[in-house]
Amino acid sequence: MSSLDTGSWRTASLGTVLLIASPVLLFLLSFLIGRYPVMPLTVIKVIAAQALPITPDWSPTIESVVINVRLPRVIAAMTVGGGLAIAGASYQGVFRNPLVSPFTLGVSAGAGFGAAAAILLFGQRYAIQLCAFGGGLMAVALCFAMSRFYRLNSTIVLVLGGVIVGSLFTALLSLLKYVADPNSKLPVIEFWLLGSLSSVAMKDIVPVLTVIVPAAAVLLMLRWRLNILAMGDEQARVMGVEAGQLRFVFILFSTLIAASAVSISGIIGWVGLVIPHFARIVVGPDFRRLLPATLSLGACYLLIIDDIARTVTAAEVPLGVLTALMGAPVFILLLGRGGLGWA
Amino acid sequence: MGVILSAKEIGFAYPGRNKPIFQSVSLEIAAGEILCVLGPNGVGKSTLLRCLAGLSRPTSGHVLLDHEPIGSLSRAEIAKWLALVPQSYETVFAFPVRTVVEMGRAPHLGWLESPGTEDRESALRALRALGVEHLADAAYSEISGGERQLVQIARVLVQAPKLMILDEPTAHLDFANQARFLALLRRLARDGLAVMFTTHAPDHALALADHTLVLSPRNPPLAGPTRKVLTERVLSQTYGVPVHVVNFEGHLTCVVDDANVQ
Repeated sequence: MSSLDTGSWRTASLGTVLLIASPVLLFLLSFLIGRYPVMPLTVIKVIAAQALPITPDWSPTIESVVINVRLPRVIAAMTVGGGLAIAGASYQGVFRNPLVSPFTLGVSAGAGFGAAAAILLFGQRYAIQLCAFGGGLMAVALCFAMSRFYRLNSTIVLVLGGVIVGSLFTALLSLLKYVADPNSKLPVIEFWLLGSLSSVAMKDIVPVLTVIVPAAAVLLMLRWRLNILAMGDEQARVMGVEAGQLRFVFILFSTLIAASAVSISGIIGWVGLVIPHFARIVVGPDFRRLLPATLSLGACYLLIIDDIARTVTAAEVPLGVLTALMGAPVFILLLGRGGLGWA
Repeated sequence: MGVILSAKEIGFAYPGRNKPIFQSVSLEIAAGEILCVLGPNGVGKSTLLRCLAGLSRPTSGHVLLDHEPIGSLSRAEIAKWLALVPQSYETVFAFPVRTVVEMGRAPHLGWLESPGTEDRESALRALRALGVEHLADAAYSEISGGERQLVQIARVLVQAPKLMILDEPTAHLDFANQARFLALLRRLARDGLAVMFTTHAPDHALALADHTLVLSPRNPPLAGPTRKVLTERVLSQTYGVPVHVVNFEGHLTCVVDDANVQ
């Protein structure tokens, strides 16, 4: 028994080290990737110079590439990836269903509609971002309103609401696409929906970070209770947990994360579905370890995807396309492997 | 020790239906007592347990937990007094057994707290006390029904309530495990835990229940000391088949008169 304990403790700490080290390493490596070559040491110095008094021995071009071009992308990719993954894992726990993703309650459909409406009406970047965020939240609010209306606080009604709200917003989005000018507006809408971080700037990321960081902190602080919620409402209640309230809290903060992630990246599917599964294989189903692991793995995954997106071809491949192209085979492999952490 | 839970004249009807599934049920349970609820299928045994656990609100009468109306208590306050073991439940995620047992600490921990070293040790102690320590790292979804039952009891021990309510705890157990499980309930009651359970086997009531409540589709509910309540007449009327109560060296057991079953 005791030898078994130390064994699992050792693998646990090795896993923890990897989960902390990989995002840091990938963060630094991602600055080296791209058409303009930069030396690893220069990257560290340029970034450090933002806070520390270091006399520059590098060209302003390098500084601009690192700080204005690559840094926002790297941060955005990690934030969106980690955010969608932790939101997906929380949704899966709340709905007790490993096939659920952060878009199950219509966040993506609502955000897509919001973004398309903003592209048609306003066209400015911040307006698109704000409307996508608002649309995503509105879709989930509608799901809750529906379950309230029927006085049923069950997850089934919520998920059904998600299906209804999702197709409603998809239909509205189709309508907007139909009336959009096919030469100017329609390609913008289509491109937004495919997901991209190519034009993201630091000023777009700041509002997103101010939502995602505190919301993820709340999920992390409550993550043990997600285990109990995942046992089912009735069981949670007899163990002294107000299941309805707790579910609302988890859905609220996961939705805030998913909606703000989507608001800068466009619709990026698969991350919120595949990463929780992958994390479950690495650290097991206990949400105390799963949620931090999804944060790390999601950030790494989308960063790698985005690195691929901006390097393999001259014209960027949309992120949503890449995550699906990569995600589907990965998911098939995971399913074949077994030991997924769910029955 | 005083009364832990009492129900006064409670009844329950599903919304929109006039006819209650049970009514005028009164009962009391004190520390160390074992109360058994008997009755044929569909008389509302599980619903009664849900009402007593505060999960459903009775449509008439009231339930008092530690002399307070149960509706006025929070889920955490209720869970410190009372634990419910449902008939069976599945988990979607393959949580390790020790994680499931630790969940019993929930009512004792604040919103932002999670189990510490002491809680983890008490979970292991509970598993050891029930002889299933070797399952600590097994996946809860992969152990047998009998083992799950014991893991649920371990969870209850960690939750440390005054009253444990079980819904048909012996339904999924084999013959020997039923006997072991009843002995375990007796032992827990001797240590001061109040135990209430439903069953389809009158023998189990006769074997260990101090009091028995009989719910019948035709007659009003009947409660009292087990051997006084479970007469041949009452059992025969309740289940609608002729029942003889046989005394074998002090153990009472029920035998159905096969020849006269309609």
